[in-house]
Amino acid sequence: MGTSGASRDGGSSGARLRATDVARAFKGVQALEGLNFELGRHEVVGLIGPNGAGKTTLINVITGFDRPTAGAIELDGVDVTGWPASRRARAGLARTFQQGRVFGELTVQENVELGALGVGAGAHQARARADELLSIMQLADHAKLPASLLAHGEQRKVAVARALASRPRYVLMDEPAAGLFESDISAFAEVIRSVRDGYDAGVLIVDHNMALIMAVSDRIEVLDQGRSLASGTPEEIRRNIDVAAAYLGASGVTAERERG
Amino acid sequence: MQTIQAIIDAIAVGALYALVAVGLALVFGVMRLINFAQGELITAGAYSLYLTRNLPLVVSIVVCFVVCVALAVAIERVAFRPLRGASPATTLVATFAVAFALEAVWLIAFTPQGKTADLLSALNRTATHGSLHLRWVTITELVAGVVLLGGTVLVLNRTTIGLHMRAAASDFRAARLLGVRADRVIRAAFAMSGFLAAVVSLLLTVQQPLVTPTFGLDVTILALVGAVLGGIDRLATATAGGFLIGFISSILGDELPASLSNFAPSFTFLVVILVLLIRPAGLLAPLGQSGVDRV
Repeated sequence: MGTSGASRDGGSSGARLRATDVARAFKGVQALEGLNFELGRHEVVGLIGPNGAGKTTLINVITGFDRPTAGAIELDGVDVTGWPASRRARAGLARTFQQGRVFGELTVQENVELGALGVGAGAHQARARADELLSIMQLADHAKLPASLLAHGEQRKVAVARALASRPRYVLMDEPAAGLFESDISAFAEVIRSVRDGYDAGVLIVDHNMALIMAVSDRIEVLDQGRSLASGTPEEIRRNIDVAAAYLGASGVTAERERG
Repeated sequence: MQTIQAIIDAIAVGALYALVAVGLALVFGVMRLINFAQGELITAGAYSLYLTRNLPLVVSIVVCFVVCVALAVAIERVAFRPLRGASPATTLVATFAVAFALEAVWLIAFTPQGKTADLLSALNRTATHGSLHLRWVTITELVAGVVLLGGTVLVLNRTTIGLHMRAAASDFRAARLLGVRADRVIRAAFAMSGFLAAVVSLLLTVQQPLVTPTFGLDVTILALVGAVLGGIDRLATATAGGFLIGFISSILGDELPASLSNFAPSFTFLVVILVLLIRPAGLLAPLGQSGVDRV
């Protein structure tokens, strides 16, 4: 359905994260099938779809955590399909994990510093970035605690801060808001906007919290069974979902998507 | 007084085994691999001391460090790096293969007859007079143990590569996704284990100057048992376990009646079996809560 990709990228076709005709099969199950995806700098794209749609697989394939069975990944015009994950990270690609995956034995501060050190920042610079991000994410009070002692929602915030400490050109967030309290969501939306505007980064966000996705996304991609089902502005996608619900006579579709 | 003497000696032996255990735990931390070839590093260091016996002592010691560190890094590069991503069983077998291959090299190059490396035998002299009989080597072992353990903790907690190593030990794949270079972290772990092996070579040749192809094997196996006993996934518990096994085997060697002291290793393993029956997860596992030094 690929409607207007409301990109704010100003049209420079080189500066994009691009997945072309990407496929990934697991023992006969086609998790991704000929998928095309683009993310510009200075753009927030929400990725939604039912469980098993291939959202996390797409993030894995783009970041090099997993290899596609076919297709190519391009980072600002450079083909990175054969690059290991660490090299892609140093080239400006960061991610967070569904399960957080913070380093439990390291302190919160060390976790965030590592995000900077991993991509070659100096110790001093890493410390400065960590201080800044911990204060933005309201984690400064926990800086010296082992990350494993934090609540799940707080650990996700650490993971987001860790990803941002690398000053990524593109950051891919896999359910970053899971475990956050409803009262934290608007502050988190603000963080995502400031990543786009302040760091001039492209953000891909996967989350079940539709209110958050609708609020922060410039564009939304709907994935189903490894294929792109729809793409458009939040308003267009919301209308599509409502139309689908009306046709199916199942108001449950909207409700279910809202709830996640 | 004899008991105090035995205890002090046992603490020194424990420190030596603790150093071996630290080397094993460093590599295990980042690779989840028990490196049986660690013992061959110790043997290589000892043979290098034999080969350089006519050179000035300082040169000899420097060569020993260079040999151990270079061999450790070379083993990783040649034998383990191509197996990155292979199953743990495969890499475990590979460490056996490397150990046996190197042992064969020692046999061919140096024959089964022991070679004498007694450069540091002056350390066998008594340091104290009176009823307590302290040798310099005992003091050296204690100091080396404390300094190197402290140094290892400092490197892990205060340097960038140390932070990388701790992150890799915590979640290797996530660390790589942050840009941490797997090769560099693993090489650092092997280099550090090589450095520790060189120190063990130096100290061990003081006590047993006769270097044979299996010189480093016994101490490594026993230290490994100790590390597993304490909990090899944490530096602190592995170190404590290594220390404990050295301590126990030294005490048993001293205190068992002469007719039984040949069987000291058997008694040590008896203790090990009993401990693992009671605490299969490792004797010290619940104590290692400090968290920061897991590697």
